[in-house]
Formats: sequence, C-alpha cells, structure tokens
Amino acid sequence: MFDELFTISTLVGILHSCVRLATPYLFASLGETFGQRSGVLNLGVDGIMLMGAFFAFYVVFEGHNLWVGLLAAIAVGILMGLLKAFVSVTMQSLQGISGIGLYLFGLGLSSLLFKTLIGSVEGVSGFRQLAIPFLSDIPGIGHILFNHNALVYLAYLMVPVSWFVINRTTLGLKIRAVGHNPEAADTLGVSVNGVRYTTMMIGGALAAVAGASLSIGLQNVFQENMTNGLGFIAVALVYFGSWRTVGVLGGSLLFSLVNALQLWVQALAIPVPSEIAVMMPYIMTIVVLAFTARQIQKPAALARSYERGE
Amino acid sequence: MLTGRRRIEDQFVYGIARPTGGHRAVNFRLNAPYVQMYGIVKRFPGVLACDHVDFDVRRGELHALLGENGAGKSTLMRILYGLYQPEEGRILRDGAEVTIHSPTDAIRQGIGMIHQHFMLVDTLTVTENVALGLKSSREPLLDLDRVEAGIRELSEAYGLQIDPRAPVWTLSVGERQRVEIMKALYRGAAMLILDEPTAVLTPQEVEELFVTLGYMKENGYSLVLISHKLQEILSISDRITVLRSGRLVGTVPTKDMTRQELARMMVGRDVMLERDRDDEIDVGEVRLRLEDVKAVDVTGQPALRGVSLSVQGGEILGVAGISGNGQRELAEVIAGLRPMTGGSVEMDGTPITDWSTARRTEAGLAYIPEERMHDGIVRDFAVSENLVLQEHTSDKFSHGIFLAFDYIARYSRQLVQDFYIKTPDIRTMTRNLSGGNIQRLILARELSRRPKVLVAAQPTRGIDIGAIEYIYQQLLEQRDTGMATLLISEDLDELLALCDRIAVIYEGQIMDVLERDKTSAEELGLLMAGVHPERQ
Repeated sequence: MFDELFTISTLVGILHSCVRLATPYLFASLGETFGQRSGVLNLGVDGIMLMGAFFAFYVVFEGHNLWVGLLAAIAVGILMGLLKAFVSVTMQSLQGISGIGLYLFGLGLSSLLFKTLIGSVEGVSGFRQLAIPFLSDIPGIGHILFNHNALVYLAYLMVPVSWFVINRTTLGLKIRAVGHNPEAADTLGVSVNGVRYTTMMIGGALAAVAGASLSIGLQNVFQENMTNGLGFIAVALVYFGSWRTVGVLGGSLLFSLVNALQLWVQALAIPVPSEIAVMMPYIMTIVVLAFTARQIQKPAALARSYERGE
Repeated sequence: MLTGRRRIEDQFVYGIARPTGGHRAVNFRLNAPYVQMYGIVKRFPGVLACDHVDFDVRRGELHALLGENGAGKSTLMRILYGLYQPEEGRILRDGAEVTIHSPTDAIRQGIGMIHQHFMLVDTLTVTENVALGLKSSREPLLDLDRVEAGIRELSEAYGLQIDPRAPVWTLSVGERQRVEIMKALYRGAAMLILDEPTAVLTPQEVEELFVTLGYMKENGYSLVLISHKLQEILSISDRITVLRSGRLVGTVPTKDMTRQELARMMVGRDVMLERDRDDEIDVGEVRLRLEDVKAVDVTGQPALRGVSLSVQGGEILGVAGISGNGQRELAEVIAGLRPMTGGSVEMDGTPITDWSTARRTEAGLAYIPEERMHDGIVRDFAVSENLVLQEHTSDKFSHGIFLAFDYIARYSRQLVQDFYIKTPDIRTMTRNLSGGNIQRLILARELSRRPKVLVAAQPTRGIDIGAIEYIYQQLLEQRDTGMATLLISEDLDELLALCDRIAVIYEGQIMDVLERDKTSAEELGLLMAGVHPERQ
C-alpha cells in the first residue's frame, strides 16, 4: 500500500507540493528573522498573516487586480508591524505577551471583517501557475522547481535578498548590532528604536504576504483562522534555522515536506488516521525545538526592550 | 561651526582622519583649551550629581579626573559625551559654545569616549564594529574594505595592533580596548575620554596603552582619564581635577602632587593606605589547605586544574590573576558552593571536602563573595535581616521557630555602629545602600563571627576609597588575631599592600607563590599572563 508513495510520479508530486507549500513558511519566517536579529520577538506573526490573508482576498474578491491585493496585504502588514513596534519598542511591554495580544487581535479582527464583509466561504482565482520556459521542460526537476505561481518564486527570491540585506548593507549591520548589543549601537549614534521599528515593518509586510500567499496563491479562499497556527511554526523556524536565512530556508523546506507528505498520504487514501497525518507538522515543531538547544547565534538582546540607562 | 561639522562628515564618507596632515588634532596650538565646561549642574532623583563643576582639557594634554564612586566624574563626562543633559552650565569647544544632545553630536565635536564596559558587539568583526553607525561611501551597501584599509593605516600610525577581520568575541580584553580606541580615532575624534581604562588590563597591557596614549598626546589629542588609581594618575597625567560629592575640589598640575595629598583631596581627610612594613607577625599553624583541587565552570569546562595552596593563621595569602582564570571557582569551591571534581580541602587539619556550606560556616569559615549584590546579600531584605542571614537559626537569634526581633535589632544596631555602616535605619532595604556600605555590611556579618578562615573575593572592587581603607584595616586586624585570609584580587597594588605571600593563578593553575617582599608588579604581571620567567 505504501509503495504507491514511492513511484516516480508520486515523488515528483510530493516534491512539487513541498516547494510550493514552503511559500508561507518562507515569507513569514524570513520576516521574523529580521525582527529577531534586531532583538524583537514577534509572536503575533500568525495574526498579521490572517490580516494579510483577509485583505488580499477581499481586494481581489471585490474585483481588483491580484497585485493590488498583494499591496493591500503589505500595507496592512506594515500597520500591524507598527502596532507591534509601538507596544513593544516604544511602550516597552513584554515582547512575548504583547505578541500573543497581537495574534489574538489579528485573529479576531480578520474573522469579524470576514463575517461582516463577505459572510460565506467564497473562492477567487488567485495567482496562476507560471511555468518558466525551457527550464520547466526538464523532466522531473522542471515540474518540481519551475512550474509554480509568482508568489512561490518571490518567496525563494526573498532568501538571498534577506541574506544580502542583513549581511551586506548598513541597515543589516545596524540590525545585527542592535539585536546583540543595543547599548553599543546607541553610543555610536544608531537609533535602536528606529532600527527596531524598521524591522517590525519589514517583518509585518512579509508576514502579511505570507498570509496573502495562502488566500490568493495556494488555497484561493479565505476562512476564519485559515493559518492554523502556521505563524507560530514560522517563529519556531527562526530558532530552528539559528537566525540565518539559509537555516530558515532548510527549516521551511523540511516542514513543507512533512506537510506535502501528509497531504499525499491522505490523497492516496493510505490508511493512516488523518488526525495523525495533520498533527505531523506540529509534532515536528516540538521535536525540532527540543533538539535546537544550541543557540550559538542567538541575538543576545532578543526579547529585551532597550532603555538608555545609567 | 558649520564648516567644522561638514569637514568631519566628509571624513565619514570620503576617508578616514589621518594622523599626519589634514587632521584637526594636528593643527593645534599647544595648550589651547579644546573643551571647556562651566558651571555644570546635573541632578538625579535625590542626588546632586554635579554641583556647578568647571572643567577644561587642553590640546596635547592628559587630564586625569579623580574622585570616589559617586563623586560625579563619570556623570560629568557622560554629559560631555551627550549621554546626559545638564540642567545648567555651558560647554565650549575651541572657544565656541556648543550643545551636545547625543553621542552623535559629541562625535561631531570630535569627542570620543571609551567606556569602562566596552561598547562592542561581540558577534561582529573589528571592522564591522568600527563601521557601525557610519555613513558608507556606497549607501545603502557596506564598504567594509575601505574601512578595513583605514583601520590598518591608523593601527600602524598609533601602534594599535588589531586584526580588522577578527570577530570581537575572539579578542582579549586589551585588544577590545584597542578596538574601542580605534572606533573613536576612525570617527575623527580629537579628544578621548577614557573611563577607568586600566581596571581590566594586565600590567603589560597597561604599559602598551600608555605608550599609545603618549603618542596620541604628542599628536595633539586631548585625553581625559577617569581613574581612582593614584599611582597611575601621578605617573602619566599632566593635570588632575579632583571631584568630591559632585563638587569641584580643585584642578592641580600633576608635578606638584603626591599620593597622600591626592588622597586627602579626594576623601577630604588623611587616608592610610600603606601597610606598615615592619609589622612582623607570628605566623601560626596551617588553617586552610587545598590539595590538587579540580573543578569545572558553569559551561562544564575545567576551571581549576589541580590547585594546591595553604594559608596559615595570621597570614594573608593573595591570589593574583586576570579575571576568568579560575578565581571565582576557587572561592566557590572553598565556600562549598561549587562541587569539586577532584582533590581535597582541609580546615584546621580536618577534611571538609564533603561538608555543606552551612557546616563550613559553623566550623569557622567566612566568605566575602565577588558578586556582592547577587551572592552576598538579599537586596530586598532589611539591613538587620541581612546581618543575621547566616545565623538566624542559632539560639542567639531565634526562639524555636520565631525570630528574636528585639535581640536582632539590638545586635544589628551594634554592628551598624561598630562597622560604620551608613544607613538611615536597620530596617532600610539593603538595595538602597551604596556599594561600599553593602560591603561593610557583609564584612560585619562575616567578621563578627570571629572566623578562623576568611575567603575574600574582590572585596574592594568598585567601592570608594574610604570604605577600602576601612576594609584593609579590618582585614589586617583580623589577621593579627590569627585568622587565615585568602584574598582574591585583580588589583596588584592592593595585593602588594596587604598580602604576606601572593599566589598567581593562570588558567586554573597556580603559576607560583611569591613572598610579597621579594616580588614586583612586573614579575606578577608576567605570571598573570602565563609567562614564567624562570621556566622559559
């Protein structure tokens, strides 16, 4: 029965799903990486994703262009990021608990807006598959890697872009410094709060795009709490990836592979209880976090608000 | 003003400040004041930290700023560096009034500061630390190659040996300090404020630092050295300004001063810091003996690799070493706070290796921990509670399960009086006392029990000279009554002043044990750096 899983066409299908399903993980966890590298832990990613998913969907549902929908999500994401920054950077509230608050806010507001503005489960036609000429014709690999919609490509493009911004720009240097020793950055005239506001906006925008990638890219519907805690897995992935973009990429692929497997196991009607299959990514999260105790790269000032002291 | 500002910003973008030609620090009129501060007033809640203080630094001058803790010297310099805003007063640079709202403003005025706790980002390289916060020549991208070239140039010019590509966490304390100086030089500083720069250095590193400072002075840099080490100030400064309780005591040329006179200016009365050289004391039996003691640190790495020491009654044995070479573990092992992985400890001939801390205390061991706020007291306990913390279950202080409040109160008042602990009341929260008074409290608690053996770890670190003097007296008095003292310190002057013998610890091993009268700071310094002159 399990041999059905190991035919070439099934394997290609699983890997294709894996590449595709990594999209929201990538956007969200890369965004979270920016925040954590600057010393701000944002547990509200899932709430921002829901808001982004809703607004992207709503704008498209109202008949606008997909890219306009994406921009709407980005705008909402930036606003949510600013809210998080105001609460945890300016007001210096505890970052963990204020993140949970942001999550609940996003969850509640997106559900409320959905009920009042749309009401029932509707579909939209989201980003279409965009096969890359020639490359997508390579047998196997071509389908796995080069036959996806624009948001999928964009997600993978964000990996080197994020790496470049963090490691090769003056902003990135400030982010790394502020996350590790805000006092030192402050004495050199770097605005600690300014940098943290910036990373919260970047993180918010990327989290919202992650949400949009679900509602107008992968699933093309909006439902209440449609992320199912994916945003929390994204936070865990940053730890898993030791705060490096490459690590985050690896973690995202690992999780989406487990996800793809469970989908295919269900699709092929292999007799594994579907509850077990659905639990897999969450079990993975716990196992992975339990074994990523080596926190070598951890930003020393993570989750600590900064106040110029004595 | 405006042209000056533009010029420094140009240096940010188009190249570094060069030590020869073009740099402002070179085009100086010798002895012209670079920065002047007049009538500076700064209040903190409940404290007048600076009370109409005047201060000035000339070009090509090393000006020492001297005072006890809380005298206002750091506050004054933090105002100059833009970290605090003064309530009153004027600041002039090159004769023109300036306002300094932030470190960025200070850097624009050519003022750099080397903080006592280094302001470096461990995970970044030297070059990245220097580049942090500067405008890049190709914004928004970094231009680390250019910065690196600049660092190499400056490091050659001023004898500041650093590898620009090394991550900061791999560097020694001395090297980190050089990175700090480099940061200021690269930003075109014409004046450097150094806050207790030698506190963390070995004598050899101090020597190198002074050479660099001397070279900077010749090149017209203005240097301010915040310190409380009298000897050091006397040997390298040109002028000295003394502050006491936020007020200016005076500014004097160094060549007219002696240690005694400086100490008097600083404290406001005569101070006895020297030990009488001819106070020969009868040394008794061995009271504390360590045999091949081994232990690991918090990360599980070996911290003590077979330490053997013995301390006799009526003797003070010093332990010298750069911090992090096993001193903390040594003290904790003797106090019974850290398990040993090998070896044995004996007190008065009885093995105490397996004894609990409480049992050791009862048997006559006293311990002054390095982290006095953390390990020495409970911050939110009243003074009286901290004074009886150790013996609160003894019959003296309790009846059954009840504390004997009246007796504790009487006893505490007596100790507060005997040990000159400055506190409004015995019910005052201990956290509100100054560092010096907290140390007196711990000393009172430990010494009032008439211990047989005392382990004192960094007992005078960060406390004012008045309290230090008192602690010295107490240690010597107790020694004379036959107590055996193990004094762990990073301050060589302190060890040379107090100890009968000095052991040097390096990477968890005792390099050598030397007679106080037959050694010197230089010899100890080499041993502290792991170099044994006779075994080379």
